[in-house]
Amino acid sequence: MTETNSFLRMEGISKSFPGVQALQEVNFEVSKGEVHALVGENGAGKSTLMKVLTGAQKPDEGQIFLRGEEVDINSPSDSQELGISMIHQELSLIPYLTVGKNVYLGREPRRSIPGFVDWKTLYLQTQELLDQLNLDVKARADVSDLSIAQQQMVEVAKALSLDADLIAMDEPTSSLTDKETEILFEVMRRLREQGVAIIFITHRLEEVFEVSDRITILRDGRHIATAPTAELSQNKVVQLMVGREMDNMYPFSETEQRGVVLQTTDLHDGHELHGVSLELHGGEILGVAGLIGAGRTALAETLFGLRQATAGEIKIAGEALKLRSPKQAIKQGLGFVPEDRKLQGLFLNMAVRENITISSTSLVSNFGFLSSVKANALAGDHVEKLDIRTPGLRQRVRNLSGGNQQKVVIARWLTLKPQVLILDEPTRGVDVGAKAEIHGLMRQLAQEGVAVLMISSELPEVIGVSDRIIVMHEGRVTGRFHRNDASQDAIMHAATGGENNAS
Amino acid sequence: MQASAKTTSARSTSSILLDLARRYSVLLILLAIGLIFTIGSDRFLTPDNLMNIALQTSIIAIIAIGMTFVMLTAGIDLSVGSVVALCGALAAGLAVQQELGTYLGIVLALVAGAVVGLVNGLLIVKGKMPPFVATLSTLAVARGLTLVYTEGRPISGIDERFIFLGSGQILGIAAPVIILAIVFVIAYIVLRSTRYGNYVYATGGNEEISRLAGIRTSVITLSVYIISGFLAALGGVLLTARLWSAQPNAAVGLELDAIAAPVLGGVSLFGGVGGVTGAVVGAFILGILSNGLNLMGVPSFWQQVIKGVVLILAVMLDVLTKRRR
Repeated sequence: MTETNSFLRMEGISKSFPGVQALQEVNFEVSKGEVHALVGENGAGKSTLMKVLTGAQKPDEGQIFLRGEEVDINSPSDSQELGISMIHQELSLIPYLTVGKNVYLGREPRRSIPGFVDWKTLYLQTQELLDQLNLDVKARADVSDLSIAQQQMVEVAKALSLDADLIAMDEPTSSLTDKETEILFEVMRRLREQGVAIIFITHRLEEVFEVSDRITILRDGRHIATAPTAELSQNKVVQLMVGREMDNMYPFSETEQRGVVLQTTDLHDGHELHGVSLELHGGEILGVAGLIGAGRTALAETLFGLRQATAGEIKIAGEALKLRSPKQAIKQGLGFVPEDRKLQGLFLNMAVRENITISSTSLVSNFGFLSSVKANALAGDHVEKLDIRTPGLRQRVRNLSGGNQQKVVIARWLTLKPQVLILDEPTRGVDVGAKAEIHGLMRQLAQEGVAVLMISSELPEVIGVSDRIIVMHEGRVTGRFHRNDASQDAIMHAATGGENNAS
Repeated sequence: MQASAKTTSARSTSSILLDLARRYSVLLILLAIGLIFTIGSDRFLTPDNLMNIALQTSIIAIIAIGMTFVMLTAGIDLSVGSVVALCGALAAGLAVQQELGTYLGIVLALVAGAVVGLVNGLLIVKGKMPPFVATLSTLAVARGLTLVYTEGRPISGIDERFIFLGSGQILGIAAPVIILAIVFVIAYIVLRSTRYGNYVYATGGNEEISRLAGIRTSVITLSVYIISGFLAALGGVLLTARLWSAQPNAAVGLELDAIAAPVLGGVSLFGGVGGVTGAVVGAFILGILSNGLNLMGVPSFWQQVIKGVVLILAVMLDVLTKRRR
């Protein structure tokens, strides 16, 4: 790649925070009309590098060249004016404003009367952008009424409205289904053809190889490698990311299967579930695949007593039960690691210790009074067992990485010694290293006899980790596979409505 | 796909009704209360009484409009009751005791209200204080200053031009009601059609996102407290004009009604949702309640209980209809 072709060049970027060298003389370069994947484990420096690019952070050292000229980026508005647009992982849309108001926030078309907004033009232009992206979204709709995927696309529309020459996307696919991801990729390819430079940050290497032209790998704040995607393999990239060889992303070891622990027959919730029958054995990991809206989370919530079954039966250890509350489900030995750990799983402002022990206060108290000693012991055991990386038991959970936060949620359930552990998207937003550890942990639990039900939208994960797989579509089970018979194609076929019973 | 299409069409009739109920739930409550009082007292639905209600409600409605701006940014202004007293006293005192004349006295009082709002805003924006605490402090300060300035005694002797603002009529409509109408129209247009109004909603919807979009959210936040302070001062001037004198203990606890009115009208305490129409309707619900209960001879102690219950019911209805989405 010759230098004349490069649109953005960042040279010798260094940035340190108190106690951390976040970036160390990083070089990064993006050409016009390419999708450039930026990968690395959490803490590798991807986010900091993007913050420097968008002016949210000032680098200690280094220069940025745009279109061959050195530029000084001091604020997000500076970078916007230079044609750089960032789509953050946490969506930056305001829920109760309309799509149009969000797209043109801060840049509303004006009317001749000073201070007044030309709403008509604003909505017209927004609708044009949305149509250009083939989106079935109305410019006057409230953002809160859109799906996450649609909101993601609105972000893209916003970037387009800025006439951005460079769009950086931070984990844009983390909450999208495969189908929605495909639509996003199509948009990315179209933008690439129009000469837009795209920086694509993701943890999903399959996606990197599907859509990117080049890959840059960061590790511990350093630039490790940049190479055309065609010259790299997934294993090679993982190896460069973690700095060690990982021969298999999904090591699998057979576990001895035990009897049926949980069974549902023709389960309905009167809403999203339309007759789900399944058997969950002790010592197995049952993967639940399907598209968003297929009823997977509804299934988990019904099993956990968060929703009431309106028809059908749930049997735990052979006994038919009516579960009315999570408390009851917990009593029956169920645990539930929810989809959104920050919203549903954790007390972000409380310490690691409190987060781990809060469901088992009886174990850590004396005569009704909480005991620090007992809490430290219980939490300490689990921090050690799960290898949770935290500066201490008193550390606020907010300050841990995504992977370690997820381990804290799992640790809380383990204090209760559950028979059945349900995990909804357990590795979303978690880096490769921690992901493997969580997979290992699930396998270890299965080996100890726990029945594990894992919902995942990542097909390679479902296939790589599960003993058996069920596929859901519109509230029904449309596919059942043994791990050896499962393929991505067959699962997708079932997930989109085709019946398939390989086992 | 087919299944989902079927459920949508089956649900549509009830969902349209729910949608209407959600959009106009406050108006329904207003009508329901009006109907009850019309049946309960033959003096309720008379032109004189309706004008009386409008007059009694106008001051609280003006202040509730200012409060709406603040609440839209997810803030709260507890100091409005004290600002009413302080500025009502200042207007009378400057006009009469300092002999500055009615108009200059009133203008300076309005400026004083805006200054208290500015102080609120600075404490919140620069001092990083939570709005609740900042305005709780200025509530005490402004009330104290009122007592200091008045030496705890009422100020009377305001002239006819001053009194006209409170008791005069133009084309048969009471002056405070006309002032309310003007304030409402301006506030409505500002929130609906201007960039500034859009930024008020955006700041309350998500301050960080707004800031990154290039909106100077600190200026927006500062401004809404100035608006609230100014409108509270206007309320104080009108109150003094209506009572023909400034009372140092006027408007104690008025902030509760000024907050209840927007809440009744669907303005979210968490910012970004609602508008001034709701706030004015909410103020009228409160006004009609007091008036109707008085006409029906309900003891004033019980009136408080009933007001509280209506607030609970209105908010519950709001929550219930929203949850069904």
